[in-house]
Amino acid sequence: MSEGNGNNPGGVTSKAHSPVPDEDLGKSGKMAKLKIFRGDAEGGEEIGYEIPLVEGMVVLDAVLAIQAQQAPDLAVRWNCKAAHCGSCSAEINGRPKLLCKTRVEEYDGGEIHVGPMRAFPVIKDLVSDVSWNYEVSKGIKPFQSSEQAPFTMYEEDVERLYEPKKCIECFMCQDVCHVLRTHHKHPEFAGPRFFVRNQWLEMHPMDEADRLADLKEDNGLGFCNITKCCTEVCPVDIHITDNSIIPLKERVADEYYDPAKWLMRKIRGS
Amino acid sequence: MSSIAAAWRRLPWWVEPVSVVIVLSVFGLYSFAIVSFLPGEYKEYLSPFYSPPIPHPDWMPDFITAPMFIIWMPLGFRATCYYYRKAYYRAFFWDPPACQAGAQEREPRKAENYRGERAVFVLNNVHRYFLYASFVVLAFLWYDTVLTFFPGGSFGVKVGSIIWLANVVLLSTYSLSCHSLRHIIGGNKDCYTCVRGGNTRRKLYNGVSRLNLQHPQWAWFSLFSVLLTDIYFRLIQAGVIPDLTILG
Ligand code: SF4
Ligand code: SF4
Ligand code: FES
Ligand code: FES
Repeated sequence: MSEGNGNNPGGVTSKAHSPVPDEDLGKSGKMAKLKIFRGDAEGGEEIGYEIPLVEGMVVLDAVLAIQAQQAPDLAVRWNCKAAHCGSCSAEINGRPKLLCKTRVEEYDGGEIHVGPMRAFPVIKDLVSDVSWNYEVSKGIKPFQSSEQAPFTMYEEDVERLYEPKKCIECFMCQDVCHVLRTHHKHPEFAGPRFFVRNQWLEMHPMDEADRLADLKEDNGLGFCNITKCCTEVCPVDIHITDNSIIPLKERVADEYYDPAKWLMRKIRGS
Repeated sequence: MSSIAAAWRRLPWWVEPVSVVIVLSVFGLYSFAIVSFLPGEYKEYLSPFYSPPIPHPDWMPDFITAPMFIIWMPLGFRATCYYYRKAYYRAFFWDPPACQAGAQEREPRKAENYRGERAVFVLNNVHRYFLYASFVVLAFLWYDTVLTFFPGGSFGVKVGSIIWLANVVLLSTYSLSCHSLRHIIGGNKDCYTCVRGGNTRRKLYNGVSRLNLQHPQWAWFSLFSVLLTDIYFRLIQAGVIPDLTILG
């Protein structure tokens, strides 16, 4: 690619925001085979596409190239192409993946099945309607403190809060969670993403709200059987089950399932 | 190690749940047979299934043997462990058997029947009490291990003593990496700088958290070490292999 010419004054060589350019397609001499779900909430089917494989291309590159050249009506959601915005979540070979972070070569030349996230209503092709998650989010007690920000806080008290803050809201953990995906407990179960959020709030040294009753009842923490699929798919490597869900389950146990603690509370009259 | 993990991941999804069913069933049957029918003491060694040794009350029917009064503690500890819960919900209940779409479609129960840990499995919340009990049992296992270093009353090291030591170290690491311990020791605090001894608690919490990262591995290693220690015990007792002296 030329640098610093008239069309590209800054000499920017990043291709982060564009599909693979035509001139790059076909350099490897190999083809990438994709089967993409085409349809909507009513149903649909997988359609096969083949495009020239470019070394290092991600599945989103392939999908966008197909959209540009073969299927202009193919719906796909994406934004940053840098694994930051959490928009391009979909399912590849039955597992939730960020399309922009998954290389075509990972599949060793085998078929790549791409479909939308199935725990939510499908809008069209690779796009599902994740708005249910925003409703759940609204139901979580927000941060509450009697002190006025900015707070003085110490590193040792907030070091646990960096991990849940990494969440990019891709909702892939929600998609893979069997409580939502298979058992459809959406009305009773908030899902792993929101346990991550609750953990951040609950462990925040300045927060004073109590969310344990909500977690037990409205958010259905007990439906989670800690089988860890959410942890397996998180693209930013949040240890959702070990560091968010289990610590919350332990706090709920303190409050509701520990006879000695219950007795102590009775004796103290609290 | 990472290539083994990569190869493991490439296997069909049912391999993992089926392996877990086999290993846990074999372990369950083996321990049942040992505590029901076989003796637990030989020379300076005590089988890990028999620690601490307690007398069999006369009024108790014979099919309930003395070690059964103890074994429910480590067994309950494992049965309520967050890691083993994951393992048996996946392997025995297929809830779900694995994470990919094809595997999840095999979940056997009807969607509306799923209760997770809200119905009978809510009892798993007693895990912390089994943790306390398991520390008592561990103290006895350490005592037994020290005794193995004094065959005939003076210090000596045999292959058996090393095996007992390895076993008790693995069992201790498993208990020290427990999620409930992690909670009790510091996970239940939001602010370490606000409480007395907070810094120590934070350090302990971070220590347990580091061990906790490998909790599944400790769970399996310690399970196998109990099994192998007992098998070694049976072999030397039957005279199939000698218990070689390393020192003393
Ligand atoms: S660990 Fe819990 S929240 Fe995460 S996927 Fe499994 S059931 Fe869902
Ligand atoms: S916790 Fe991980 S998988 Fe879940 S929404 Fe956040 S980034 Fe995505
Ligand atoms: S496009 Fe932003 S995460 Fe993939
Ligand atoms: S969580 Fe596994 S022993 Fe406590």
